[in-house]
Amino acid sequence: MLLIKCPVCGVEGDETDFHYGGEAHVKRPATDRPDRVSDGEQRDYLFMRKNPRGLHFERWRCDRGCGKWFNAARDTVTMEFRATYGIREEPPAT
Amino acid sequence: MTRTAAPYRLPHAAGLGRLIDRDRPLGFTFDGQRLSGYAGDTLASALLANGRRLVGRSFKYHRPRGIVGLGTEEMNALVGVGLGADHEPNLQATRVELRDGLVAVSQNRWPSLSFDIGQINDVFSRFIPGGFYYKTFKWPKSFWHHLYEPLIRRAAGLGRAPSGRDSSAYEQIRVDCDVLVVGGGPSGLAAAQAAAASGARVMLAEDQPSLGGVADLYDASDEFRAPPDVMVLTRTTALAHFHHNYLLLAERCLGEGPRQRLWKVRAKEVIVATGAIERPIAFANNDRPGVMMAEAARGYLARFAVAPGERGVVFTNNDEAYRTALLVRRTGAGEVTVVDIRKHPEGALVEEARRAGIPILAGTVVSQVESTAAGQAIEAVRIAAFRPGMSRLLRESRLPCDYVAVSGGYNPAVHLWCHNGGKLRYDMAIHAYRPDRHRDRMWAVGAANGTFDLEAALAESRFAGEQAAARALARSMASDMVAPQLKPRRQGAIEPIWFAPASRHYNDGHKHFVDFQNDVTVADLELAQREGYSSVEHTKRYTTWGMASDQGKTSSVLGLGILSEATGRPIPEIGVTTFRPPFTPLTFGTVAGAQKGPLFLAVRQTPVHDWHVANGATFEPVGHWRRAYCYPSGGEDKAAAIAREILSVRRAVGLLDASTLGKIEIRGRDAGTFLDRIYTNSFSTLKVGRCRYGLMLNELGFIIDDGVTARLADDHFLMHTTSGGADRIAAWLEEWLQTEWPDLQVLITPVTEQWAQFAVAGPKARTVLEALAATGESDVDVTAGSFPFMSWRAGRLGGFRVRIFRISFSGELSFEIATPARDGLRLWEALMTAGAPLGITAYGTEALHVLRAEKGYIVVGDETDGTVTPRDVGLDGLVSKTKRDFIGRRSLEQSFLRAEGRKELVGLLTEDPREVLPDGAHAVREVKANGPMATIGHVTSSYMSPTLERSIAMALIENGRSRMGETLTFPLEGGRLVKATIVSPVFYDPQGERQNV
Repeated sequence: MLLIKCPVCGVEGDETDFHYGGEAHVKRPATDRPDRVSDGEQRDYLFMRKNPRGLHFERWRCDRGCGKWFNAARDTVTMEFRATYGIREEPPAT
Repeated sequence: MTRTAAPYRLPHAAGLGRLIDRDRPLGFTFDGQRLSGYAGDTLASALLANGRRLVGRSFKYHRPRGIVGLGTEEMNALVGVGLGADHEPNLQATRVELRDGLVAVSQNRWPSLSFDIGQINDVFSRFIPGGFYYKTFKWPKSFWHHLYEPLIRRAAGLGRAPSGRDSSAYEQIRVDCDVLVVGGGPSGLAAAQAAAASGARVMLAEDQPSLGGVADLYDASDEFRAPPDVMVLTRTTALAHFHHNYLLLAERCLGEGPRQRLWKVRAKEVIVATGAIERPIAFANNDRPGVMMAEAARGYLARFAVAPGERGVVFTNNDEAYRTALLVRRTGAGEVTVVDIRKHPEGALVEEARRAGIPILAGTVVSQVESTAAGQAIEAVRIAAFRPGMSRLLRESRLPCDYVAVSGGYNPAVHLWCHNGGKLRYDMAIHAYRPDRHRDRMWAVGAANGTFDLEAALAESRFAGEQAAARALARSMASDMVAPQLKPRRQGAIEPIWFAPASRHYNDGHKHFVDFQNDVTVADLELAQREGYSSVEHTKRYTTWGMASDQGKTSSVLGLGILSEATGRPIPEIGVTTFRPPFTPLTFGTVAGAQKGPLFLAVRQTPVHDWHVANGATFEPVGHWRRAYCYPSGGEDKAAAIAREILSVRRAVGLLDASTLGKIEIRGRDAGTFLDRIYTNSFSTLKVGRCRYGLMLNELGFIIDDGVTARLADDHFLMHTTSGGADRIAAWLEEWLQTEWPDLQVLITPVTEQWAQFAVAGPKARTVLEALAATGESDVDVTAGSFPFMSWRAGRLGGFRVRIFRISFSGELSFEIATPARDGLRLWEALMTAGAPLGITAYGTEALHVLRAEKGYIVVGDETDGTVTPRDVGLDGLVSKTKRDFIGRRSLEQSFLRAEGRKELVGLLTEDPREVLPDGAHAVREVKANGPMATIGHVTSSYMSPTLERSIAMALIENGRSRMGETLTFPLEGGRLVKATIVSPVFYDPQGERQNV
């Protein structure tokens, strides 16, 4: 049961108060150039996800708090949250 | 109440029985026999005092079993306690506190405990070796259903579930603390005291009713008190440790109030002081009642004044077990002999035993237990000279006794340490695994850390307590403090022994048990190695060693030792199996807490709910909602009610409570642009005052929701979603706005509960509205000319503030009228009154579904299953060809979503119009008498249509739209075949004339 702190509203809670949203920084090719997305690009966007042992950038939503999505850098081995940051922000230097 | 004398209870004069109150006798029954004990007894100690050695039957072989342990480690004596609905199965007798009138029963036996039919399994055990389940129940296939499965199901499990609903209350509580100490022995208390003295908020959980752990059975015998400023929970077991120091503790409550309380604790630091568990040694028939752990034998004597027997053998490989022999001798509780595998035992306790004149047979092993014919009482042990590494015995002698107290060394109780990834290392000094590293802020102290010397344990515990407090309070750790050094022990070294050599073929009626609870023997583990299960985790699964509630407490290291000897690999190379939560079994009531009955799930009700109830509605769950399903009246059954409701809508007018329909307001400068990206069709072009049906896809191109959206103003839309999808879709919209298109200025507001909404549907719908309008202030013109199909109006109708949407899910002339929720019930009743002369009829969700199926309208979740595209259900026309982007657009272009052979939505008419195909029935390419048949599609909706006076169905069929007129065959259960012809899914009014009047 992870302990998570929302960087938007500052509330701290159990992971069941939050909603996990998978890998962060997955770019949706169709948003920028809907007419020129190759099958391969679309496949990668839909299905190819990183599954690292160690640092993982991922999305969470503060479900029972402010309702905002945010990004987190979490170590999948130690479960430590190294950083949380805004949903549109680039990952901090690690 | 007549009570049998308790023959094994020693007299008060012996100075024993620290925990019992001889002035408070208690009566209880075991398998119907009336017995007596004292306040302070456990069920186990009271049974032993009464000479009840046989308390259960083993899981697989149904062998007679007795009490082995003293506390949480007990793996044999699982009993059921309580009657009827209050019955609780699979309780460890060692942890059941005796109370007056307690009713306990043994388990896993039939017809009785002393004569059990199932023990025939023991005789045939050579045919049920390790992995038996995997080897045997394979073929023929037909045996599975009728023979194997019922057999396994009957044999599975030990206790019986209670006969009714548990009437007890259970509670859950959530707390945070700085330091949680698990274990109230000397180490835990020292750690808690040190942490509290440093200013931390400290909780301590102890499984037993009193503090002190097993200190009274070792060096210390002081009274233990709760340290000041520590929140102490006794009768509380730490069940599990999860990420970020989240723990579950189960408290057994006494007296009034809840039966158990589940503590959900988030601790900044956790100190594990859970002690160590004595482990058995595998020798032939080491499971006979009367073979128990040395610490347990000592515990029953010291704490409950219960003699383990009259003539004992202490079998050991270490010094600690000598304490048992010394206590027996000191208290005059019969004769005792020590059998020690070590050639030259020489610790202080050994010397003391020698001085006391206790016979010590050094360099000797117990190879076998001799018991009475039924195996229920011990008569002697066989002993033989022993040297490490020997495998077969040639000469044995006989040593009469009636109990054996065994000690094969101690395993630190590392379960909690390991639940969440704590590392272990094997320590050759104690021949056991001990805690190594942990990624969470966790400490292990005392015996749980493999530190068995009391002084050293106390020093290490105080150190951990202070350091944990400092870290929890974010103070700098005391750098001048160093972890205490261990003092040299005054004891002789332990010598490892796992498996006592045998003189005979050792799985032939002479079993060497490793895991008593799962009936796993040395032979089973060795067989698994011969069969190639070289991974320790595979061996565990193949043999069931260390599974179930024991979780390796007594069997883990012992089994590893045996695997080591069988493979020639050292123990650390073998690895260790995973310890899983919970540490001890817990009752489902504790898991559920107060969340049962009406509190299990919050049920959502519409403003008209009470009217539905009063008018005889039956309900169905839709999401968390309860919706009126139909309204049987005058003794009619549901089918008759549904038919009546449908025909009322088709012939006159019906009224549906559609308040559960999801409603989401979408507002802002870019609301139209946003909806264009959310729906497959276009909404920015929708005119204010108009409505449009929209189809929503996920990024894979599959339908996830549908509904009608109305444009309230240039920058303001009201979206309708499916009843079950409202919350999901609101979250979906938010996610896209926040994460992908934050530049769009749009706000999302779910307003489902704010509105009551009713469909007035049928040829006389407009007349009903006009009748209502005549009853009060009205300014909405409902005539066809000024209020066309797929538009909406706001205003007053019969005095009610309303929004009226002219939309239809029934194919009839239909108005959906929305009013603020608080006025919902009054509006509903006003509509019923206004419509009464026209025969208005309330209709439920089943009529709704039949009406829409007659029209061929899809229901998301019936006609779609998450793999269905707009084209599949014939709604390709709703997919914009001009919009550059919407969710799912790019995926729809993928070749496999446009390929031939996809399943397409069609209608079905059965040959026999009275035959209603079951939902989910499959059409097959070819009917075969045996073997699998290739399916070409399945029924998605199927009803008896009172309008058409015949059955209708919708189905997804391979290339369905190009197979119109083809007859398909649906094989049903029992071999019956139903034939149906493919037709258009629009069964009624294909031109849509009825809704457009």
